[in-house]
Amino acid sequence: MKMTKIVRTTADVFYPFCLVFGLYVVIHGHLTPGGGFQGGAVMATGAALLIVAHAYEDITGRIRKTAMKILEAIGLLTFLFAGLSGILFHRPFMANWMAQTGKLFGNTVAHGPNPGDLNTAGLLPLLNVGVGIEVLGGLTVILLYMLSGIKEEKKP
Amino acid sequence: MMDTFVMRHLPALLIATPLFAAFLMPLVGNAGRTVRSAWVFLGALLTSAIGLALAWKVLATGTVLYVFGAATTQQALPPDAAFPIRIMFQVDALSALMAVIVSLSSLGITIYSLAAESKQSGLETFYAMLFLLIAGVLGMVVTGDLFNFFVFLEISSLAGAALVAYRVDDGVAVEAGLKYALLSTVGALAVLTAIGILFAQYNALNLASLAARLQFTALDKVALVLLAVPLAMKCGAVPMHFWTPDTYTTAPSSVTAFLVVSSQASLYALFRILFTLYGHLVQFSWATFGWFLIVLGVLSMFIGVTMAIPQKDVKRLMAYHAVSQTGYMLLGVGVGLAVLGNAEALKTYGKTAMAGGLFHIINHAMYKGLLFLTAGAIFLRTGTRNLNRLGGLGHTMPWTMVFFMIGALAIAGVPPFNGFASKLLIYESVFRFSPFLSIIAMVVSILTLASFVKVFHSMFLGPPRAEFAEAREVPAPMFIGMALLALFVVVAGLMPQPFIDHLISPAVDALVDRSGYIAAILGGR
Repeated sequence: MKMTKIVRTTADVFYPFCLVFGLYVVIHGHLTPGGGFQGGAVMATGAALLIVAHAYEDITGRIRKTAMKILEAIGLLTFLFAGLSGILFHRPFMANWMAQTGKLFGNTVAHGPNPGDLNTAGLLPLLNVGVGIEVLGGLTVILLYMLSGIKEEKKP
Repeated sequence: MMDTFVMRHLPALLIATPLFAAFLMPLVGNAGRTVRSAWVFLGALLTSAIGLALAWKVLATGTVLYVFGAATTQQALPPDAAFPIRIMFQVDALSALMAVIVSLSSLGITIYSLAAESKQSGLETFYAMLFLLIAGVLGMVVTGDLFNFFVFLEISSLAGAALVAYRVDDGVAVEAGLKYALLSTVGALAVLTAIGILFAQYNALNLASLAARLQFTALDKVALVLLAVPLAMKCGAVPMHFWTPDTYTTAPSSVTAFLVVSSQASLYALFRILFTLYGHLVQFSWATFGWFLIVLGVLSMFIGVTMAIPQKDVKRLMAYHAVSQTGYMLLGVGVGLAVLGNAEALKTYGKTAMAGGLFHIINHAMYKGLLFLTAGAIFLRTGTRNLNRLGGLGHTMPWTMVFFMIGALAIAGVPPFNGFASKLLIYESVFRFSPFLSIIAMVVSILTLASFVKVFHSMFLGPPRAEFAEAREVPAPMFIGMALLALFVVVAGLMPQPFIDHLISPAVDALVDRSGYIAAILGGR
């Protein structure tokens, strides 16, 4: 079921903004409300917008189930390897070896009120990114399966 | 050897390995059947090896502690605080016993499923779910954190429900899966409420830390009920057994065999909560809660077996027998709990009863798994589970018949199989506690034997039937899976003493030794 051209064009314009906002929520997970799951859900909303505006058949070329399943796996593996990376540095599983090293995400958090530094928290942003990718893939697959059942409206 | 890199991180790898196998499955699934099967086999083999290595380490060196995200794996308490704040795995001898059970049966079941499920579609999802289920059950038995336990309980419940509903070709499987998912969710919500009640009062989620602080207020009693009832339901004790027949019948046989193990993880949690969390409080009446387990056990034993006798569906019949056998474990450990305050009685027969109950857990996982696998083999070759339609299969499937005989004799407690070893321990010790209970246990065993003689007769004996002329012996992976479990049944039956000395007795001591469990975390504090 295809919507009018106005709706379709608006959805196409909105889609990248949805993704960008979702990425913002993911990457700022350790500073602002939200995080991996919420950001991933926002990104999946973009996919939902496209599916609703266009017909399901037209959209499967742009958003593929297999690609989304692979994204889901990649997200989960990112999370797992972020946990396992602690072991490689002779710390326990999930140890935050990246925090306060001065390198990537390694700044020390300033005391007192401050605007927030994105480059802090060590392993946590990586975990958020992993969860974000996983939720984007997983939720989109769910949406594709659920919306594939929408029936074509009968022409009068 | 003891302090190599892998040995140090065994508890984390125990969960990470099946999760890795599950997460990579969607990618591996695209690479073709052979690669996927090899990956599944490798994942199961590694998981089992890690589980057994962890159990060996625990039995050799004592409780293994693993603190996630800390400076070292052994730092249970943060440098500036007197209470544990991190998630930790605390693997004592009882957890090690459960890890052995999960390792052995998951290996046999996964190998079996490689051939049994090969004709189905959506297999990468199936194996991803199977590995998630294994990870969830392993997590349940090794975690030392109550909220972490809830998370693993949910993982195993959801993966289990998805696997039960895996064969969607008839609506029955979906109904059973939905039932399992609904009941598990309601049960898990009750567990979560109880955890919330305990956390609100004591600001702790760590089991050892909670056990040290528990005051047994009125709220704690509510929490105990909210923990004990869902866990008793998840292990299929009468009168909360109603989900077992539907779920066990419709799930693929390899999954059913592992759901038995999953239900025993809930049994482990029930024992852990009654003994470790609520065990030694002054106000705690051991006899009351011991009799709670005993009554559940006797009801399960008797109602399970009497419901099993009239069944026509072989897997439904076995499901009711699973309920019945769970009763033995509850009875054995219940007697131990009832005499926990009486040092003399505990020493003379209480520990023996508990050893019987715990030994029965591992024996049951093996022979009941084996029986479900043989039922799956017969379903694969004949396409029916109806006992009235089956017959004469002994001519065409002799090895399946042998495996079924081993499993059936073990479940009925006939020597020299492992069911006899654990049941004898239970009979002898429970007789000292109450002769009446012991007699009930024996009667139930006789009824079990009668029931399985009927099943054996109607499936394997008689002239070969024309409609099953196509039936032949199972493929090699299914044979190997069943042979693994059958091997344990025979070995543990012929030589039970090494198992009892090195695996079961340490587990019993760990279950009774509440202060040791607490001291492993809190040290002298």
